[in-house]
Amino acid sequence: MSDIAERVKKIVIEHLGVESEKVTENANFIDDLGADSLDTVELVMAFEEEFNVEIPDDAAETIVTVGDAIKFLEKNAA
Amino acid sequence: MRRVVITGLGLVTPLGCGVEPTWRRLVAGESGASRVEKFEVSDLACKIACQIPRGDGTEGTFNPDQWMEPKEQRKVDEFIIFAMAAATQALTDAGWHPKTHEDQTATGVLIGSGIGGIEGIYEASTILNEKGPRRISPFFIPGRLINLASGYVSIEHGLKGPNHSVVTACSTGAHAIGDAARLVALGDADVMVAGGTESPINRLALAGFASCRALSTRFNDEPTRASRPYDRDRDGFVMGEGAGVVVLEEYEHAKARGAKIYAEVVGYGLSGDAFHITSPSEDGDGAYRCMQAALKRAGISPSDIDYINAHGTSTPLGDEIELRAVERLVGNAAATLAMSSTKSSVGHLLGAAGAVEAIFSVLAMRDGIVPPTLNLDHPSVETPIDLSPREAKRRDIDVVLSNSFGFGGTNASLVFRRAA
Repeated sequence: MSDIAERVKKIVIEHLGVESEKVTENANFIDDLGADSLDTVELVMAFEEEFNVEIPDDAAETIVTVGDAIKFLEKNAA
Repeated sequence: MRRVVITGLGLVTPLGCGVEPTWRRLVAGESGASRVEKFEVSDLACKIACQIPRGDGTEGTFNPDQWMEPKEQRKVDEFIIFAMAAATQALTDAGWHPKTHEDQTATGVLIGSGIGGIEGIYEASTILNEKGPRRISPFFIPGRLINLASGYVSIEHGLKGPNHSVVTACSTGAHAIGDAARLVALGDADVMVAGGTESPINRLALAGFASCRALSTRFNDEPTRASRPYDRDRDGFVMGEGAGVVVLEEYEHAKARGAKIYAEVVGYGLSGDAFHITSPSEDGDGAYRCMQAALKRAGISPSDIDYINAHGTSTPLGDEIELRAVERLVGNAAATLAMSSTKSSVGHLLGAAGAVEAIFSVLAMRDGIVPPTLNLDHPSVETPIDLSPREAKRRDIDVVLSNSFGFGGTNASLVFRRAA
């Protein structure tokens, strides 16, 4: 697993208070990990902070699974 | 109007988490004051506070994980966590866990706070300045709003009745209980979870209250001696943190389910000073009218009061003004009246004070014990009223009155009577 994937999963576990086994690449933040709309906003902010990258709102809307986040950050993070 | 009784109690105070741990230490004459260690105080005029003993939850310590999931705790200021702890205790004590739609919609919440999430507002404003608006959490607003204490409690326990809140500075807790009792009396709810909560111990609030010249500053090296209501050496209040929540219930509703009844809420009075933003009116007129209104509502005379839990914050001005107002109210009955300020032990819990002290009043009645006014070594004025200095004393108590007065000149008095 890439370093980025590890860091993404760590943030998701911390912010959503879920067990690590549940945080698979296919896991949907809302449907599978119990996040609400505010949690997802905060997650995106945490990714921005961790990876020092700006995630515009229209891009944020496409990040609905753990894998989406990893893919976006692998492409855009410095 | 319908009769309203108290059937559940919950406390988180500087003396402990839970009603019995707090009450035991209060009656034993212990103080909850200590030097503040969790942030820098060297540049603050007041370096002490009455802080909740935090720990693993045993021996009366407060462990937030027992009351709210860690993931939720992160989103809110502590006043919401304290409210959750006190409300859950009170509902458990009352044995009231509504599951049907009918019971849930008949049960409401009215928990207030004086200043709410001031610490979170301070932290977020720092983030805004240093990192910009895109770093402000989506939980910043909902985690600071005062009525979110009521909101969180209702969500946790499925309480779908009236959901309300009070913000009246240091009268908040008393107003919350009084207003909630009216909602029950008028039939808007059969059960109300009511009280106050506060988490003010941070640099900003200590600086702000010190700037108002409200805090004690002369006892930084002897914290347990700082809160000394009515004593000639008093120089301000000691800030406290915590929450008090009661379950209020319509009398027949409580009786029908065989609930334990602590007391009946018989009187509630409100008044405004219309005088000054922080100082009480010098003639004590607001306090007097407030107590008088509560007695009128209760249909009792001043001589029926056995014990008054005073507002008595330990400020130079306020204590004597309240004392004179009480003397004027009770007249010749002053000689047989007991009065104490439990702020001498737990400090001033601001928006939680009125609710915590209402609970102390009820416990005083339950156990026939007047809790002491600590550090009252040299009363600043003479009075025929027994101010219960230093030690708790036994006394049969059937009727209690609890006073709360707040910035803005807002006053509330509650009267409780032993349940017949």
